Amino acid sequence: METERELNLEATELRLGLPGTSDESAKNTTHRSNKRALPEQPVSANMATTSKNCDQETAPHTKAQVVGWPPIRSYRKNSLQPKKSEAEMSGIYVKVSMDGAPYLRKIDLKVFKGYPELIKALEDMFKFKAGEYSEREGYNGSEFVPTYEDKDGDWMLVGDVPWEMFTGCCKKLRIMKGSDARGLGCVV
Amino acid sequence: MRKKIMYSFPDEVLEHVFSFIQSDKDRNAVSVVCKSWCEIERWCRRKVFIGNCYAVSPRMVIKRFPEVRSIELKGKPHFADFNLVPDGWGGYVLPWIVEMAGAYPWLEEIRLKRMVVTDESLELIAKSFKNFKVLVLFSCEGFSTDGLAAIAAGCKNLRELDLRESEVDDLSGHWLRHFPETCTSLLSLNISCLGSDEVSVSALERLVGRCPNLKSLRLNRGVTVDKIANILHRAPQLVDFGTGSYSAELRPDVLLNLAGAFSCCKELKSLSGFWDVVPAYLPALYSVCSRLTSLNLSYATIQNPEIIKLVSNCPNLQRLLVLDYIEDSGLEALASSCKDLQELRVFPSDPFGAEPHVSLTEQGLVAVSLGCPKLQSVLYFCRRMTNAALVTIAQNSPNFTRFRLCIIEPKTADYLTLEPLDVGFGAIVEHCKDLRRLSLSGLLTDRVFEYIGTYAKKLEMLSVAFAGDSDLGLHHVLSGCESLRKLEIRDCPFGDKALLANAAKLETMRSLWMSSCTVSFGACKLIGLKMPRLNVEVIDETEPPDSRPESCPVEKLYIYRSVSGPRFDMPPFVWTMDEERKVMH
Repeated sequence: METERELNLEATELRLGLPGTSDESAKNTTHRSNKRALPEQPVSANMATTSKNCDQETAPHTKAQVVGWPPIRSYRKNSLQPKKSEAEMSGIYVKVSMDGAPYLRKIDLKVFKGYPELIKALEDMFKFKAGEYSEREGYNGSEFVPTYEDKDGDWMLVGDVPWEMFTGCCKKLRIMKGSDARGLGCVV
Repeated sequence: MRKKIMYSFPDEVLEHVFSFIQSDKDRNAVSVVCKSWCEIERWCRRKVFIGNCYAVSPRMVIKRFPEVRSIELKGKPHFADFNLVPDGWGGYVLPWIVEMAGAYPWLEEIRLKRMVVTDESLELIAKSFKNFKVLVLFSCEGFSTDGLAAIAAGCKNLRELDLRESEVDDLSGHWLRHFPETCTSLLSLNISCLGSDEVSVSALERLVGRCPNLKSLRLNRGVTVDKIANILHRAPQLVDFGTGSYSAELRPDVLLNLAGAFSCCKELKSLSGFWDVVPAYLPALYSVCSRLTSLNLSYATIQNPEIIKLVSNCPNLQRLLVLDYIEDSGLEALASSCKDLQELRVFPSDPFGAEPHVSLTEQGLVAVSLGCPKLQSVLYFCRRMTNAALVTIAQNSPNFTRFRLCIIEPKTADYLTLEPLDVGFGAIVEHCKDLRRLSLSGLLTDRVFEYIGTYAKKLEMLSVAFAGDSDLGLHHVLSGCESLRKLEIRDCPFGDKALLANAAKLETMRSLWMSSCTVSFGACKLIGLKMPRLNVEVIDETEPPDSRPESCPVEKLYIYRSVSGPRFDMPPFVWTMDEERKVMH
């Protein structure tokens, strides 16, 4: 850890008569395998740098976290994280339309854990089958295709982007008739 | 007629005189004047403060002071706050409660800090003390809402229940309902540490409504801002209020109600809480701002200009706790608006981030020290510092009693000159003659300790991390700081020499903590052997220290004075001298 600079202590004889010398080299990590995070062992859980600073041009060092430093109590660290139930309080309600259906429905995207659940719910709600999703071909073998309008106003195929990203940018859902949706399957 | 010389007043008179002497220091002084004064004093001492629960045994306290009504106990060392003390180390309050249950049936007040409190202890308190009034659990742990229910149900005259910063197991949100309808005596209720689901708001409203003397109420994060108005309307006499989560769906009627409720609280001087702030709700506070003397925004993730707006409206502010979102510009605004400021704490919003993302530097602290002549107490987290800034701060603020600076990256030098910050901290101790508490950070050599030993004559508590070059540093502190009571050190190259040369000093202090330093097991044993009134505890979670050569450094060391010998509740990873002072086990 620290480098130790020798200082002359002859003028001040500081002893109670303890024999032997202090063995500085032994203080390092030979017998500390069970310990919690040490400076020598970089700890990966540095959420702040990975999630918040994605727009930084120079990637910061993964900082090794030292136990108990900086000296902040754990309840303080925890309170900087958003409260879980607060996120649960407000659902993400989006309108769902289906071509040919007389009226729209609304669903809460928060209640779903991922795409399979969402598609199943849509299928049940509007009595259709979406078919198999594949990245290359979109929804195969179906008359209807689930699509959504994103933040930029573009109509996208449901399933292409990671779920969290989707729930963040989905403004409206539309179950398109297969013939209209063909173009969407060939994006990129 | 012979003149009779009165050698002493009757006991009752002395007792009456002593009843005006409240402070522990003065009481202790009184008790050493002579044997009869000691005797009289001990029978009428009502309040006892025990800074280290292992320094004395409950039996000894009870034997000396048989009529105590109020006790304060502290358990774990301060560094336990930062997870440096392993779980299970100690600090159990149950043995104290058991002894006091028998000896002090009229006990009214228990205040605990950093102790392990079980539901069993709480149940015993509720059962044993018929006139129990005040329970303060500061940074405690080990209990659940079941224990709280027992207190609520059992303590008929409860005045104060303060759980500040404790860790509570939430088992049920209904513990509040255990306060009987007949309970109207509450003055203070602080449940801010409870989680989100632990409190029934309707039970809270009813409780608040029937306690007309409630002066202090701090809610937990589970209570949202739309619930506050109803609570405040029931307690317009509040002096200190802690909001819960300052958020809810933004609705104008909620905002109006909230503003109205706050404006009814004419005595409100202190605000805290403010988790999850929705900034649009902040204007509801404006009517209170002019009276505020204390404001804790340290959980509020708001930025400027909201912070500046709030703070500029509080000309009477004496105490501010805030996140570094306030930035230098906010601190400058603070310095020009709040001339009565005495205490400032700035916490980091992103303590583990590699790069700063807020503009909070040494300039902010300089501005406050310039603008606020009454500034006494500072806790400041920042990422850079200079000696020049520290010197300026020291010269502007000779009244500092507490100065704690945490430069987030260890061993950070003066960013302009690249020198160590010895001179800066030296200026602090030289100019601030009443400094009682100091925490160091940044790049520091033995020099800073020389300054501290030379000038910091009133210093009682010193915290050191990643500093110094050699034992000389530690020697300066131990030999020079006459008033030193608590010394806590981590990750410094301090070893046996200074400790052994100053072993006697340790008996004049409450405690010494050293972790990740270079003190050898042999030195620990030697001190344990030679100093019977010190408990020397070696903490090692990996393997027994005697399985290695004696010259190997110990992981952690905690030395404290005690009149009751070694304790009996040590976990397997703590070693100390046994009763005969022969062996460490």
